[in-house]
Amino acid sequence: MAESGGVIMGNVTHNYNVEAIRSEFPIFEQKIYGKPLTFLDSAASAQKPQKVIDAINDCYANEYSNIHRGGYFLSQALTAKYEAARETVRDHIGAKSSKEIIFVRGATEAINLVAQSWGRKFLKGGDEIILSQMEHHSNIVPWQILREEKDIILTVSPIDDKGNFLLNEYEKLLSEKTKLVAITHVSNALGTITPIREIIKLAHNAGARVLVDGCQALPHGNVNVVDLDADFYVFSGHKMYGPTGVGILYGKQELLDVMPPYQGGGDMIRSVTFEKTTFNNLPHKFEAGTPHIAGGIGFAAAIEYMCAIGLDNIHRHEKKLLDYALEKVKEVDGFELRGQADDMAGIISFTMKAAHPHDIGTILDQDGIAIRTGHHCAQPIMDFMDIPATARASFGLYNTKEDIDRFVAGLHKVNRIFA
Amino acid sequence: MNIEEVKETFEFMDEWEDRYRYIIDLGRRLPEFDPGDQTEENRVHGCTSKVWLVYERDGDKIIFKGDSDAHIVKGLVAIILMIFSGKTPSEIVKTDAKAILEELGLSQHLSPMRTNGLFAMVERIKAIGTSFL
Repeated sequence: MAESGGVIMGNVTHNYNVEAIRSEFPIFEQKIYGKPLTFLDSAASAQKPQKVIDAINDCYANEYSNIHRGGYFLSQALTAKYEAARETVRDHIGAKSSKEIIFVRGATEAINLVAQSWGRKFLKGGDEIILSQMEHHSNIVPWQILREEKDIILTVSPIDDKGNFLLNEYEKLLSEKTKLVAITHVSNALGTITPIREIIKLAHNAGARVLVDGCQALPHGNVNVVDLDADFYVFSGHKMYGPTGVGILYGKQELLDVMPPYQGGGDMIRSVTFEKTTFNNLPHKFEAGTPHIAGGIGFAAAIEYMCAIGLDNIHRHEKKLLDYALEKVKEVDGFELRGQADDMAGIISFTMKAAHPHDIGTILDQDGIAIRTGHHCAQPIMDFMDIPATARASFGLYNTKEDIDRFVAGLHKVNRIFA
Repeated sequence: MNIEEVKETFEFMDEWEDRYRYIIDLGRRLPEFDPGDQTEENRVHGCTSKVWLVYERDGDKIIFKGDSDAHIVKGLVAIILMIFSGKTPSEIVKTDAKAILEELGLSQHLSPMRTNGLFAMVERIKAIGTSFL
């Protein structure tokens, strides 16, 4: 199909057949209030392709047993598959060793793990952690909990009115007191892509470690943790078309090696007596208890699914959708884009003069259009913009130009209803 | 306006757009809420929109007043107030708001979710009613 001015004229570009991709997601077969489902909330959680559903189903139906324990056939086979899933994740983010890939419940648990294990052991009163103005609550609250105990200082690196991360201001905040920079790769509330490479380099120059919240980055393209030189990189499976309840903490081995366990239990020990327990090697040291086996396997299936489509293809497709949407919303009276950073991922955060975000979401819902409304678990950025909430449309690899047309038609309807 | 009139009006409306327009209009016709009462203490916490609730005693009855910063929620607040305001504590405790909203096809707005404060508002009204039993 032809393209014009970076705008998609049809749904097939660069061999990206979005209709074929959509047909692999069973959820799109249903109607919502008799209308096609227009799903624009992938930033909260993405829909699942049949391949992921099959992998989970297969695990329980045909392959299931506990892993890392039994000496029998099923347990050994599934252990191998689970560890292969870890290897798929390692390869996907370019980590050096699968010992650096810790399975957790999600990015939230990964950050809590680092705060409670690395933070409690290595931080002391007066040490500083730099966060950004646009962090998700999950990258604020674990550090506040640590502050209660350790008397550390949390410093907030500012953004400008458009949502750009201010690298110069950030550089000024770095000092020998800075021990950690904990920052998002892509803002869930604004869509801003932060200059993460420079952020990490500057932090390292100051002698600080860096934890990157990659939840909103990995669904949209390629990330290489070694290339970025991130010390910790965390992300969730469910935003990458994988199951809920599984996520990853990547950490450099030299750091993970010296960190104490986060939780105690089975699987994370080598030997236990009532007098003394020795801990298992990485990565198992941080994986107490029976893990989310089907989750890890489903997550690997999701990564393989994304890679089969091609990360660059996904990125290009979503960028075109974003550009198309940003053009179309200009026609909507009273539309105010919140988050206009120079570099943005597939997220449109907005308000409208005529109606509260909650009103917008309610009206769109009636037409089968799913968007997120609220503070997006990022209240500090809402306070910064002096608004209670925004409405947010976010794109995934299955969204189409028609989705955006229906979304924009819905916004016009909001204006008509609240006029 | 009472809840029976709302039900009758709803029966004449086939299109959801018309129903929402009507709900928005109910919100706009709510008596003005004293901005001084928009305090944290009077706030009923929901995730997206702000909802405030105050009450006063009138003999054996309780009079409720409410407000919201979102249009549709304010209209729904108006409906909740029609259901509960001016009733006695024992009537309040016995009233099933969910059943009434179900009749109106609006029960999805009263689910215990974090998207709006209505569920919490009904909970608070019930708690106030209980406290005067």
